[in-house]
Amino acid sequence: MNDTANVPENHAPLNHVESCPDPRHFNFTARVLHWSMALMILAMLFVGIGMVSSLSLRPALISLHQPLGIAILLLVIVRLINRLRHRPPPLPADLPAVQVFAAKASHWLLYALMFAMPLIGWCMLSVGGYPVTMFNGFALPAIAPHNATVYAVFRSAHTWLALLLFATVLMHLAAALFHAWVRRDDVFASMARGYVTNAKTLGEEKEHENSANE
Amino acid sequence: MQNTTSTPDLLSRRLTWLPLLAIGFIVAAIVLAFAWVAGWLTPDRLTPARFTNAIETSNGQVHRGFRRAHAKGVCVAGYFEGNGQGVELSSARLFSTVRTPFIGRMSIGGGSPYGLDNKARVRSMALQLNSDDGQQWRMAMNSFPFFAVSSVEAFYEQTAANAPDPATGKPDPAKVAAFAAAHPEFARFAEWAKNTPWSTSWANTAYNSVNTFRFSNPAGEQHHVRWSMQPQTAFVAMSPEEREAADDNFLTEDLMARLAHGPLRWDMVVTIAAPGDSITDPSKIWPEDRRKVTVGSVVIESSSPQTSGACRDINYDPLILPKGVDGSEDPLLAARSAVYSVSFNRRQYDIATGKADTAIGQASSQETSP
Ligand code: HEM
Ligand code: HEM
Repeated sequence: MNDTANVPENHAPLNHVESCPDPRHFNFTARVLHWSMALMILAMLFVGIGMVSSLSLRPALISLHQPLGIAILLLVIVRLINRLRHRPPPLPADLPAVQVFAAKASHWLLYALMFAMPLIGWCMLSVGGYPVTMFNGFALPAIAPHNATVYAVFRSAHTWLALLLFATVLMHLAAALFHAWVRRDDVFASMARGYVTNAKTLGEEKEHENSANE
Repeated sequence: MQNTTSTPDLLSRRLTWLPLLAIGFIVAAIVLAFAWVAGWLTPDRLTPARFTNAIETSNGQVHRGFRRAHAKGVCVAGYFEGNGQGVELSSARLFSTVRTPFIGRMSIGGGSPYGLDNKARVRSMALQLNSDDGQQWRMAMNSFPFFAVSSVEAFYEQTAANAPDPATGKPDPAKVAAFAAAHPEFARFAEWAKNTPWSTSWANTAYNSVNTFRFSNPAGEQHHVRWSMQPQTAFVAMSPEEREAADDNFLTEDLMARLAHGPLRWDMVVTIAAPGDSITDPSKIWPEDRRKVTVGSVVIESSSPQTSGACRDINYDPLILPKGVDGSEDPLLAARSAVYSVSFNRRQYDIATGKADTAIGQASSQETSP
């Protein structure tokens, strides 16, 4: 699929790209937020499932889970603003339409879940009559009134959406590695660091883009 | 895409399968790790859900919408009045000379909401105290002064041993005996249950933290403590004959009658551990001569049925604590916190799914067995 033999011959389009406004990679803020939040979310999923299945670790894990979850809520706001203000690098032009759709849909699903999960956590504690403890001596205010039925709904949503988030994160990870190792295009690199490593695909992409006038 | 030579094609195809395999392997490893942490791969590992299942089994039946333990009780309300003596021990706001309102619950041990008051050896008091600094302290205390067994696992075994035998509807005596033999500390509890006189009321019963907590004062000094709510209402013993004759709901009736005449009070007495006292084993009592400080009093002013009262939808998790109070290394506390949460989730879910008409006071008669 990926013929790397042509690489050295594609210097010209690369030079051309440098004068073009299309970004080749996510900006620094986006990359830092992406990787730190990736770690935090994976940690949250494991801490969450661990604390509800352990008879000994719950106190320690819950005191990590709640502030870390709210930190994710704050970071995702910053991240979304940054994302809306800075155009992300385009996907490779030769990416099949289904994969383009899957990529875009899953990215927005990830944003939605990064927002929803901590908000549901906060709501769930509020309607469950629990203090929303952040750290010793500090708790967030309740954002909804104490109610058994609403608690049950939010509590279930927290579990099922966590599992959906986990599945989406795994698909996202698999797709990113697919880009890096199988397609060997620049998608992974565009988030991994600032430089495009594979000049060939970039060249192709630029040509396609120019012709498609995207 | 179209290669003219076959060698690079073969090579690249092989190179495609390798990374795909690697990706599959990485994803599978993460899923497996998650499943392992969740306990899905280890059906024998004791989890909060499995502990709660065992409690439900030993109850003989799931009473939808009710607490899976201490199912029968009544909501109460009142306040805690600090006398200032606790300030040197803990920075918890309620130890100052202020009144801190609470929503509480008086209950009896056991998993049936129709338990017989005159057969319930264990009586309980639970409080959710809301300080004016926004902090909360939840306590769930029992009338026994020490726990029956010394570990979470032992309590699980006790719960399992007490499950009714399907053939007789009663616990299997062989299992109960085997449990007692395996846990010699249980004999002390059995002796307490047998020989300690019963009192006539929730009002003249003492309620104990049983587990050890840690107080810290503003100077950062820490003390391991246990506490007891000591009734100001005079102790009156109840003879076995009186108990036989007493109504199934005599505790609630008695409480309402007393509250009609005025509030009921308990002194909160904090006992401070000395070096060497057991922190991690709630079945071990501390010597009588330990320093004790009376830090204030619990005042109950009113009661309401648990089907509609504010205590119904509260999880009296003993690890919801204000600044100045922490859990100790006692492993029972973490286990309680975890299991209470599962019990709470299940009963709230019962209510949400409309399976709990009795528990929320919307059924005309007692629920029937499923
Ligand atoms: C990205 C954000 C979050 C993720 C991925 C996440 C994930 C999880 C997971 C996987 C569980 C276990 C669910 C189960 O097995 O039923 C859980 C439980 C829980 N989460 Fe979160 N969570 C997040 C945010 C929050 C926040 C912000 C709070 C509160 C402020 C919170 C509070 C809780 C609580 C209290 C539980 C346990 C409830 C119980 O024992 O019934 N979570 N979470
Ligand atoms: C590992 C040991 C224990 C387990 C597994 C356990 C389990 C439970 C469960 C499942 C509930 C119902 C919670 C709810 O649905 O809200 C409960 C309630 C209660 N437990 Fe425990 N318990 C343990 C130890 C203790 C100890 C040591 C005490 C006494 C200090 C205690 C006192 C209470 C009280 C007073 C309640 C009733 C609280 C209320 O009125 O809501 N428990 N327990």
